[in-house]
Amino acid sequence: MSGNVCGRDRRSHGERPRGVGVGDVSLPPFQAILDAYHEDVYRFLRAVAGPDADDCFQETFLAALRAYPRLRHGDNLRGWLLTIAHRKALDAHRARRRRPVPVEDVPEGAADAPAEPGASGLWTRVRALPPKQRAAVAHRFVADLSYREIAELLGCSEEAARRSVHEGLKKLRAEVTA
Amino acid sequence: MNDHTNELERQLRRGPGGDPAEAARRLVAAAERAGLLDVAYARVDSPLGELTVAATERGLVRIAYPERDPDAVLEELARRVSPRVLEAPARLDDVRRQLDEYFSGRRRSFELRIDWSLAQGFAAKVLRATARIPAGEVRTYRAIAEAAGSPRAVRAAGNALGSNRIPIVVPCHRVVRTGGALGGYTGGIERKRFLLRLEGWEGARADG
Repeated sequence: MSGNVCGRDRRSHGERPRGVGVGDVSLPPFQAILDAYHEDVYRFLRAVAGPDADDCFQETFLAALRAYPRLRHGDNLRGWLLTIAHRKALDAHRARRRRPVPVEDVPEGAADAPAEPGASGLWTRVRALPPKQRAAVAHRFVADLSYREIAELLGCSEEAARRSVHEGLKKLRAEVTA
Repeated sequence: MNDHTNELERQLRRGPGGDPAEAARRLVAAAERAGLLDVAYARVDSPLGELTVAATERGLVRIAYPERDPDAVLEELARRVSPRVLEAPARLDDVRRQLDEYFSGRRRSFELRIDWSLAQGFAAKVLRATARIPAGEVRTYRAIAEAAGSPRAVRAAGNALGSNRIPIVVPCHRVVRTGGALGGYTGGIERKRFLLRLEGWEGARADG
């Protein structure tokens, strides 16, 4: 039977089996990692960058998109995204401090609607923590990461990650009870 | 103290609010503006079921029938075209409109740029020849092999049509067997008959 196949023979002639392809690096379609991790990244950025979170989110994913085709493997893409997000948040923080006229941050209201009454003050305090503690607390509680994962993201030992979380919590607790 | 500790951790776990879905939607538009959207895809309703359609900046690159695993369709695009694949219906507005017009009988031929990235070698020649068959007409597999420059490669031409990644718009349904039998088709012979009837090919009525 020659030539009576339009579409039928796709298995043998069309698609390669998954994972065997031209590039052989087999990265998932970017939409899949956006779907899977945009909430984690967004929540992390809201915690550490507050009013800058939306801009940081865009910059994080644009930077990720730019670098994506050159990635060597598709392991731990969530960690990869959170690392970029952490960097973007630090940039935003520095930019804010460099601003010539230090305008007081707009009180967290309309532009930065809190999830529920009373909680926004807490996030302002989280963002006032030193960068490492701030990121560690956000990773631990907002993204629910293990200390080992936090250590990897922050480039420190597991013990140091644990300490950063505890120091951060201690300060927050002191302020809340004060 | 303990109450405070628990309350604090509870509040932290609840997260800082905001709208991640909206942020993700804005990203897609920003990616398009920044030239970082290599493959845009969308879902399109049609009388033949929900199609997955995808386009690069060069043109339409993929149409998939609903039986194809949508994840596998996107994975193939990621692997063979670019992993920068995002759901971005705006880029496919024109494709969608022309498909609607075609299925409602208001359009005979498509005016769309095609990205042939997923077709190579002889298959690409066969598919380009197929793209020139006018609506309402058919060709035999033999004639298509000939038009592709290899009159004797009839079987290879059949295989090439089987690998068509842009059915409907690259009309592999217009290639039939010598003698008039319809032959096979992606997603079943019923779809082939539907498309040929839609285009007014007389043989489609007689067959089957």
